[in-house]
Amino acid sequence: MSVIEKTAAVVTPSEARQSADAAAQIERREGAKVMTSWQTGRAARDARIAAGAGLAHGKIVEAKDATRLLEAVIRPGDRVCLEGDNQKQADLLSRALLAVDLSRVKDLHMVQSGVVLPEHLDLFDRGVAKRLDYAYSGPQSARIARMLFGGKIELGAVHTYLELFARYFIDLTPHVALIAAVSADREGNLYTGPNTEDTPTVVEATAFKDGVVIAQVNEIVEKVPRVDIPADRVQFIVESDKPFFVEPLFTRDPAAITEGQILTAMLAIKGIYAPYGVQRLNHGIGFSTAAIELLLPTFGERLGLKGLIATHFALNPHPALIPAIESGWVRQIHSFGSEVGMDEYIRARSDVYFTGPDGSLRSNRAFCQTAGLYACDMFIGSTLQIDLQGNSSTVTTSRIAGFGGAPNMGADARGRRHPSEPWLKAGAEADPDSPAPLRRGRKLVVQIGETFGDKNVPLFVEKLEAIELAEKLKLELAPVMIYGDDVTHIVTEEGLANLLLCRTAQEREQAIRGVAGYTDVGRRRDRNMVACLRERGVIRRPEDLGINPLDADRSLLAARSIKDLVRWSGGLYSPPSKFRNW
Amino acid sequence: MEDLNFQHRARARAGGTRQSAIVGVVASGNLEVLVERSLPDADCALEIKTAAVGFGEVWSAVIDDFVERYSPGGLKFSINDGGARPDTVSLRLAQAVRLIEGNGQ
Repeated sequence: MSVIEKTAAVVTPSEARQSADAAAQIERREGAKVMTSWQTGRAARDARIAAGAGLAHGKIVEAKDATRLLEAVIRPGDRVCLEGDNQKQADLLSRALLAVDLSRVKDLHMVQSGVVLPEHLDLFDRGVAKRLDYAYSGPQSARIARMLFGGKIELGAVHTYLELFARYFIDLTPHVALIAAVSADREGNLYTGPNTEDTPTVVEATAFKDGVVIAQVNEIVEKVPRVDIPADRVQFIVESDKPFFVEPLFTRDPAAITEGQILTAMLAIKGIYAPYGVQRLNHGIGFSTAAIELLLPTFGERLGLKGLIATHFALNPHPALIPAIESGWVRQIHSFGSEVGMDEYIRARSDVYFTGPDGSLRSNRAFCQTAGLYACDMFIGSTLQIDLQGNSSTVTTSRIAGFGGAPNMGADARGRRHPSEPWLKAGAEADPDSPAPLRRGRKLVVQIGETFGDKNVPLFVEKLEAIELAEKLKLELAPVMIYGDDVTHIVTEEGLANLLLCRTAQEREQAIRGVAGYTDVGRRRDRNMVACLRERGVIRRPEDLGINPLDADRSLLAARSIKDLVRWSGGLYSPPSKFRNW
Repeated sequence: MEDLNFQHRARARAGGTRQSAIVGVVASGNLEVLVERSLPDADCALEIKTAAVGFGEVWSAVIDDFVERYSPGGLKFSINDGGARPDTVSLRLAQAVRLIEGNGQ
């Protein structure tokens, strides 16, 4: 092979304006004497850095020059990860990107887990960005639906977190990552603080595949409290005039928990946690699971379950779990992100949480998602719609909230190989006839909710709106949050359905109708078949579990207000102002 | 607003001696139930004023199940509903019966 290498040293300024993809198109012909290179990506990265260097002192760029920096570094059509996590947002860099000169930066392909800020969608309205691959769009769910219908966004796919992270390393590797951290030193070492979230994953994929990493930080310091991202993976730092935006997503005010939610929580604890002995688990963010957290030290304690259930969690630092932690229920929690106001409490409870040498929480979404998928025996969470096969979706025709992590938490990991009591018991219920040594276990995937949600909208439907949406948008897949064949139990105020024990599609449908209360789906049940399923223990009513619905009282909650949670924490929990009413 | 009335025959008279009881509050998504021991032992009546129009069929299903389960003979229920969900209605009705069957507490 006669290959003449073109090195970074001979890249000219005009070539620096070419995109990495264009550079990669340099002809490679077998046996011919042509200019070729195996390091075009590295050359393009060096050119991007050189183009931005004029605006920087060392690695530091002033906030007022942020847009010029992005114009220098980003090329039309680039894949860009604008750190939009579940909670933490690179908001200064979002605004800077929105202001670019469209003759220099346009048609970007955004690859980011969270579409959370209005600016994230303004980019598409303005033409800065064209294509989108994402995972979660909670606060923007209505607008993103309108823009998809209006053709403003070319949609790649809606992913789960782990799935999008995986694609960062295969076919969606960012050319440029715009990330957020708490502080940086002058070398570029970053401290991400308790909300580390997606940053290590984004940086890993970008920095080690010829990409450029630009960080906004709240402050530049002499020495960072701990190094979350080493300096040689960060090319530019912009100091923001105010701290990056973090949304308190996991705070549920105990004052808003209803008797119906308390009843479903009691059914779940006595009907699922106790018999399976579920110790390792993940909770969703709804009020029903907050009720479970607040019933552990009261109802759970009376049932003698302390130490036997709910000891190890993959979970954000839910304030509602404070009473259970203080009562000695919880041994260990690994977190996807953090929660506003929980910092001091976490520092003081390092036996429970993962913390750095500086004492603050270290979260990591990719690892925690993996932990939830492979090392937890149960996921329990709420949803908006459940159909007759047990498929569930949070998508309605006017809102596309994305998936986030629920499909990873709420799925049986087919690659799992280690046994545990709940996993084996669930596997045996689903498949009693196979020989035990060859029988797969099953993860418990529990959907919990009241039969009617907000504004009397039924939880149970004959057909998911997600299917209608997929037809309208011509999507090949309907956005299903958790597939019916992964769901093992459904809990409502009417009772508990164990789908593992259903042997036919018809039994499964009637088991679901049998806990669907007074919804249309519930009232169309076959009463005889439901009675038969109840005799077999497939359906269990509150009275079958020795629970009187009249005992589902708010006095059972270990904390009945945010202020109670502060008291339980010994004053360490400092709730955000919107949750303070004293 | 919609007014709904239901008359039922109950298997047996509701227990206790208390003459009346009240549970719940009139609020969005909630309801107030006044129960009075004022009918013959085998009768049960429910008068409902509801903010949510067009849910007669669901009310009928909820009340059928309630009468079947609690046998509230001799009781008259006056309900002011702020658009409560069916499960909340069931719960309040059951709470009202428990209260009137209690010993005047």
